[in-house]
Amino acid sequence: MTLKKVNAIEVKNVTKVYRSSNTETRALRNANLTIYDNEFFTLLGPSGCGKTTLLRLIAGFEDITEGSINLFDQEIVNLPPNKRPVNTVFQQYSLFPHLDVYENVAFGLRRLKKDESLTKKRTMEVLELVQMKDYATRKPNQLSGGQQQRVALARALAPEPKVLLLDEPLSALDLKLRQAMRYELKTLQRETGITFVFVTHDQEEALTMSDRIAVINEGEIQQIGEPEQIYESPSNKFVANFIGEANLLSGFCKTNGENGLCELYTGHSINLFVPSHIKQNDKVTIFIRPERIKIVKSSKDKSQLSISEFTYLGNAATIQLKSNEQIINVNLPIEDLKVFKKGDYVDIEFPKGSAQVID
Amino acid sequence: MNIQGENKTQNRIYSLLPLWIVVGIFMIGPLLVMAVVSLMESNVYGGVHFKFSLSGYRQILFDTNLFDEIEFNPAYLIIIGRSFMLALVATFISLLIGFPAAYFISRQSNRVKNILIFLVTIPFWTNLLIRTFAWIIILGKGGVIESSFNFFGLLDEESSLNLMYTNSAILIGLVYSYLPLMVLPIYASMEKMDLRLLEAATDLYSNRIELIRKIILPLSMPGIIGGSILVFVPCLGAFIAPDLLGGGKKLLLGSLIQFQFSYARNWPFGAAMAMFLLALVILVLIFNARLNRKHREYASQK
Repeated sequence: MTLKKVNAIEVKNVTKVYRSSNTETRALRNANLTIYDNEFFTLLGPSGCGKTTLLRLIAGFEDITEGSINLFDQEIVNLPPNKRPVNTVFQQYSLFPHLDVYENVAFGLRRLKKDESLTKKRTMEVLELVQMKDYATRKPNQLSGGQQQRVALARALAPEPKVLLLDEPLSALDLKLRQAMRYELKTLQRETGITFVFVTHDQEEALTMSDRIAVINEGEIQQIGEPEQIYESPSNKFVANFIGEANLLSGFCKTNGENGLCELYTGHSINLFVPSHIKQNDKVTIFIRPERIKIVKSSKDKSQLSISEFTYLGNAATIQLKSNEQIINVNLPIEDLKVFKKGDYVDIEFPKGSAQVID
Repeated sequence: MNIQGENKTQNRIYSLLPLWIVVGIFMIGPLLVMAVVSLMESNVYGGVHFKFSLSGYRQILFDTNLFDEIEFNPAYLIIIGRSFMLALVATFISLLIGFPAAYFISRQSNRVKNILIFLVTIPFWTNLLIRTFAWIIILGKGGVIESSFNFFGLLDEESSLNLMYTNSAILIGLVYSYLPLMVLPIYASMEKMDLRLLEAATDLYSNRIELIRKIILPLSMPGIIGGSILVFVPCLGAFIAPDLLGGGKKLLLGSLIQFQFSYARNWPFGAAMAMFLLALVILVLIFNARLNRKHREYASQK
C-alpha cells in the first residue's frame, strides 16, 4: 500500500486488573498495539487470555487499570461507552427482545437523535446490506441464530461507527453457517471500509478473515502480524502451537549464523538460520509444520524412524513418527496415501527454509 | 391397572378431583355463599332471612327516606370513589418507591441480593394489625415524629402536626402494608433481565435515562403490572389501615363492608358491596388485559 496508514486505535501500555475482595486477576499486562483504519484486525487467543477484556476496554464496558487507548488520535479512556463512536456485535447478539428487527437496528440512530427520514433510510439500507429487509417487523425470538446474527451486525453498523468491535460473533452458529458468515463478514468489511476488531479463539477464522492478527495468551500479546507471517514464522512456542499444527523438535546447535547447523536428537541435521546468541552445543527447539516435512521410504537398518500412527482423513493423512522419545507429526499428501502404512521405516527431509529455531 | 389407557377423560376428571375440591371449598364456595347472601333480606339480629330481595344492591345507590320514598343516595358511591382514588394513589406511590428499590436490589451481588430480598419479606412475619398499630406510635400525637420535631425545636410543645386520621396517614399505612408486594414481582422480572442488553443499549449511545425508559422499564413491565395489581386489589378492600390510621372518620369500602357484617348487622348489604367490589376488580383486570393486548399488537405492528 502506498497510502500512509491511519491509526484507528492505539492501545498503549494497557493493563487491566480485576480486583475482588481477596484476589487480583491480571487480565491484561502492558498491552501495546496499533490498529490501522480500514483494517480487519483479529485478537486471537484461548479463552481467558484477555482478548475479550481488551475489546471491552475499547468499547468502554470496563475501567482501565493503567495505560491509554486512542481512537483516531483522541484519548477515549475517560469517555463512557455511549460517548464512544464504536459499536459492538455481542457474542450472544443481545438483541432487544421487546423491539422488532427494525427498531433494534434503528435504536442507535434514534439515540443519536437522527432525523426520522434519515433513520428510516439508513435502517433499511443496513437491513438490505445484511439481507434482512424482509424481516423488519419480526421480533428477535422469531428469528434463527443466523438471522439474529445478521440483525446484530446491522444494529451495530447502522450508526456508522468508526470502528466495529466483534466479540466472537460466530461462535454460536453451526459450522456451515459459520463458514458462510466468515466470507460475508470479510466482504462486508471491505465494502463498508469500517475498521473491524474481531475477537475469536478459532485460529482458522482468524487466518481466513484477518488483515492482521494479534495473538494473545495469559494477558500478554505474543505476536502481531499478517496471517502468513504468524503461520510461517511464529515468534514463540505458544504461537506455533496455537496456530495450526506444529512440530517442536529438540536438538542442539552445531554452528550458528545465517547458515547455521543444528542436530536433532533423532540424529538428523538441519541447515537453518541460528541466531547468534545461541552458542555451540546449546540446546535448541526447532519448529516445523507437519506439511513441510518430506518422508521417503527406508529400511530398519538405515533408519530408527517408524510410522507409529496412521490417521486417514480422506483427502490426506496424518502420520506420527517415533524415535528416541521424540514424536514427529507429518501430513501425508494424497498421492502418498497408498505408499506408506503403519510400521513402515521411513526417513525424513527438511526442505530449505521450512524449519526455524524458536524460543 | 389402567393408568392412561381406555378412558382418558374419566382419568383426567378423577386425577383433578382433589384440585376441584380445594378450589370448590375454599374459593368458589365462599363466593357463592356471598352471592346468595347478597340476594337475601337482612335480619335485624344478624344473619339473613331466606327471602329473595335486591335490597342489598339497591342500598348501594338508593335510600328509603322518612316518608318511605326511595331516593338517590350518593354517599356510598362517594365512598367507593374515595376508596378507588386512595387505592390508585397508594399503588402509584408504591410503584415510585418499589421500582427503584427493586432495581437497586437486582444490581447487587448475589449475597447482598438475598439478604435484601429477605429483609423485604420480613414485615410479613408479624401481624398486619400490630404493624399498623406501630404506625400510630410513629405518627400519633406525641409520637416518634412529633417528639423528634420537638427535640430539634421545629415544633413547640403545645401544637401538633396532626398527622393521624388523615388521608395521608391512610396512604402511608397502605403503602407500608403492600410495598413488598410491589417490590417482589418487579425484582423478579429485573432479575431475569439480561444485563448484556444494558451494555448493548449503552454501546448504542443510550444515556442513563434512555436506558431506563427504553430498556429497563419495558422489560420489567410484566413485574410492574403484576405488582400494581397485587397492591391495588388489597388496597381497594383494605380496612385495617383506614380504620386505625384514618380513624374511620372517612369510610372506605373495606371498612364499610366490615362494618355491615359486624355492627350494622346488614349482611345482604355488606355482601352486595363485596360483590360490587369484586365486579370492580374484575373490570380493572379485564381493562388491564385489554391494554396489554393492545400494547402488544401495537408493538408488533410497528
